[in-house]
Amino acid sequence: MTGLALNCHINKKSLFDRKHYFYADLPAGYQITQQRVPIAVNGSLSYSLCIDNKMSQMVTKTVRIKQIQLEQDSGKSLHDDARSQTLVDLNRAGVGLMELVMEPDMCCGEEAAAAVRELQLILQTLGSSQAVMAEGQLRVDANVSVHHPGEPYGVRTEVKNINSIRFLAKAVDYEIQRQIEELGNGGTISNETRAFDSKLGCTVPMRDKEGKQDYRFMPEPNLPPLILYDAKSLPANMNHQQVINIDWIRERLPDLPSVKREKLVEQYGILPEHSFTLLVWQQDQNCNSRHSNEDGLPEFFENVVKQTQMKPKKVIGWILNDLLSYLKQHSLTVKESPVSSFLLADLLNLLEKKEISSTAAKQVLAELWKGKGKTPLETVKEQKLELLQDQKELEQICQAVIDGQENEVMAIKAGNQKVLNKLIGLVQKKTQGRSNPVLVKQLLEKKLSE
Amino acid sequence: MLRSSLRQVSAALKEGRVTPTELCQRCLALIKSTKFLNAYITVTEETALKQAEESEKRRKRGQPLGILDGIPIAVKDNFNTAGIETTCASNMLKGYISPYNATVVQKLLDQGAVLLGKTNLDEFAMGSGSTDGVFGPVRNPWSYSKQYKEKSVPKSHSEDEEYNWVITGGSSGGSAAAVSSFTCFAALGSDTGGSTRNPAAHCGVVGLKPTYGLISRHGLIPLVNSMDVPGILTRCVDDAAVLLGSLAGHDPKDSTTIQDDFKPFELPDLPDVSKLSIGIPKEYHAPGLSSEILSLWSKAADLFKNAGAKVVEVSLPHTRYSIVCYHVLCTAEVASNMARFDGLEYGHRSDVKDSTESMYAATRREGFNDVVRGRILSGNYFLLKQNYEKYFVKAQKVRRLIANDFGKVFGSGVDILLTPTTLSDAVPYTEFIQEDNRTRSAQDDILTQAANMAGLPAINVPTALSERGLPVGLQFIGRSFQEKQLLTVAKWFEKQVQFPVIQLEEAERHDNGVFQHQKSASFS
Repeated sequence: MTGLALNCHINKKSLFDRKHYFYADLPAGYQITQQRVPIAVNGSLSYSLCIDNKMSQMVTKTVRIKQIQLEQDSGKSLHDDARSQTLVDLNRAGVGLMELVMEPDMCCGEEAAAAVRELQLILQTLGSSQAVMAEGQLRVDANVSVHHPGEPYGVRTEVKNINSIRFLAKAVDYEIQRQIEELGNGGTISNETRAFDSKLGCTVPMRDKEGKQDYRFMPEPNLPPLILYDAKSLPANMNHQQVINIDWIRERLPDLPSVKREKLVEQYGILPEHSFTLLVWQQDQNCNSRHSNEDGLPEFFENVVKQTQMKPKKVIGWILNDLLSYLKQHSLTVKESPVSSFLLADLLNLLEKKEISSTAAKQVLAELWKGKGKTPLETVKEQKLELLQDQKELEQICQAVIDGQENEVMAIKAGNQKVLNKLIGLVQKKTQGRSNPVLVKQLLEKKLSE
Repeated sequence: MLRSSLRQVSAALKEGRVTPTELCQRCLALIKSTKFLNAYITVTEETALKQAEESEKRRKRGQPLGILDGIPIAVKDNFNTAGIETTCASNMLKGYISPYNATVVQKLLDQGAVLLGKTNLDEFAMGSGSTDGVFGPVRNPWSYSKQYKEKSVPKSHSEDEEYNWVITGGSSGGSAAAVSSFTCFAALGSDTGGSTRNPAAHCGVVGLKPTYGLISRHGLIPLVNSMDVPGILTRCVDDAAVLLGSLAGHDPKDSTTIQDDFKPFELPDLPDVSKLSIGIPKEYHAPGLSSEILSLWSKAADLFKNAGAKVVEVSLPHTRYSIVCYHVLCTAEVASNMARFDGLEYGHRSDVKDSTESMYAATRREGFNDVVRGRILSGNYFLLKQNYEKYFVKAQKVRRLIANDFGKVFGSGVDILLTPTTLSDAVPYTEFIQEDNRTRSAQDDILTQAANMAGLPAINVPTALSERGLPVGLQFIGRSFQEKQLLTVAKWFEKQVQFPVIQLEEAERHDNGVFQHQKSASFS
């Protein structure tokens, strides 16, 4: 699935090999991998990048996928320097995993981070992996080299021990700087493995292995070649459960994030950057690993849209600004939100029908967030937040404000329209936020022009 | 009773002429009195008696699990047996208690078989004499047979038997000796280059190497993954068919087993070979083949001719490259398979603690014997990047040619190949150890090895006694997955030759039950 999602060529026949080396976390003395013919090759991953940190200016970039291979995991080594010992955890040794190798098409930490974020989304959408870095479900090693434009690529170093996307960007950028400085000082870069030290924000050489290892690759004799079929090559009379049909899988691929985003933009008229935020997976830098990938934010948004007359373009603001910030503040997933899509839609309807002001709406939302089970309408009534419907009363208040602010009135009459906002503000204050600012503006303008 | 075949004793159990417990006890007693054979590394007396008890209960209820219920069997010590020490006759695994049963062991136990113990072998199944394990060599029961003693030239008096005892062949020597000396009714061996057929020939028992992929290797500590198969050792061909029926079939834990269903079969009582074509590969007239065996081979061919079968000379031209090819591929896989023995997780761990690397080195030096270490070093050499194409890949290509030789011959209408199994009868131990393991293996594997290369089924059928009073067997090689045809021919041949029963004092003493005498007229 991952291969198909990344536009790879799927090798209908791929092979397994043994890669031999001795290490405490490799109990068999070899790792089963796909060195000769991996399962998928030559794909691409498209991702988006904000220029100058402006969400409104996004560019699409592509990184080529060299190959995807199946292999075994090793165990985990925990180094206890205090007692000069290493603890070996073999629980994950032998478990199957998928290694994705990209071509060196990215140029900085930001690009690497964006690419990996998009990859995470894709993997989650497919269900191939939850891809939570903090849980070790997705592990990223960065290969970094520098060169002058037009010259061949420089010697690369491999950076390991990167535990989050944020650290990935940092590690890459640090390493680029380090290499540039080193070369600038007349030094050389050696093809070594370095570890990222998150505390110091730098890379350090790892325990170095003597010379280059010869892994003595040998075909894995216990695993016959992996044969995949497509509709054309599927032999008749084959037991369905014994074969994998690539075409059958391709037909059942879910919409990838890029497609989902396009659909949201098209269907709801929201901005591309909004669609990004909607889909971006909320694991974020806090590494709150308890969050599942099914945040359902897009679904929440769509449910609200269905239940309200408010235009999606306006709804999105409430979702991305208000709801999302509450969720983040309280470290909740969408599913854990005390405000359901129904409640929010209800609230937005009140706003749309002009029964309350947007300021009032925010107040109501705050109350709803407490999760006491009240409806928006009940809350509005309780806190007396309804918009003043009595035009006469409103006119009187406007008049009172005008009368009390001679200087400002003069300024407005002199042509300074901005001061009008102050008057509107004063009216709002007097009405305790229960006036419709648009109406207030109209009334004031009318009166001032009399 | 102990000298009956498996099917005979199973019938006796069914009819209540003997109980599983009695049978088990008699076998255990015989194991004790034949201890000098050194066929067993571990005897699981307690569990065996328990299993026998359970079997007895089932039989009393009239609910036996099958023909194997209550039958004492032995298993080569390179198969994992849950809760029982599995050593591969190596210091590396001394004291290692397996946490699980190999699939074939599980199948036997599920059918009620009684596991008497683990049999001796060459260390990690590397060898052709069963002489190179850390528990010492296995002695061929025939060394103590009346037939051999009568024929042996007395040198000095009491030292005779001690010095003149002959090897069992290997590497499944313990299993072959166990079956041959009547301590069990069937035994599991393994066959990578002939390790089941070779000792079967020397010990006068039936040794079956099934087609690669027919029987699961899960739990068989691997030597050469692409050639290993579990082997079956029994006293007659019908018994081998019974064992095969209970062991063959797909195992999801072994991806190299075939998916197709296996249908157990019974062999015809009166097999007919007149419609068959028997091939005699001329390259199997190998240098060093004893004239005795050559003559037996020829007489066997005549037997088939006289029965109406078509007997033709055929050629397997790449036979002479098989030993060298085997050496490269075997050592390469061995180097890989032995990498897991690092002393960290299980097995022997050296006391050297300076660093992980030094611990590995010391552990592996202490745990493995020369033979194993030699093969690991060779194998790693062949797998080095700069050597891979020259040796490993080349050897794979030669392997393909060897397999194709068989394909061509079988494709031309030949049904079964008839060849000798060994170059001579069993040699005395003192003579055997004059040459090193590698030399011996190269010599002894020559007739059996190619079947492993090609994955074909092959069987040794005891044929006659040599001039020295020791067993000689002949080998039949069949088409892939055509075990039924192979065993049918073997059964026919077995009936023709009427191989004599070993006359072993100890067995006769222990055995006062009913058994069928085999005709003493022998084929020679």
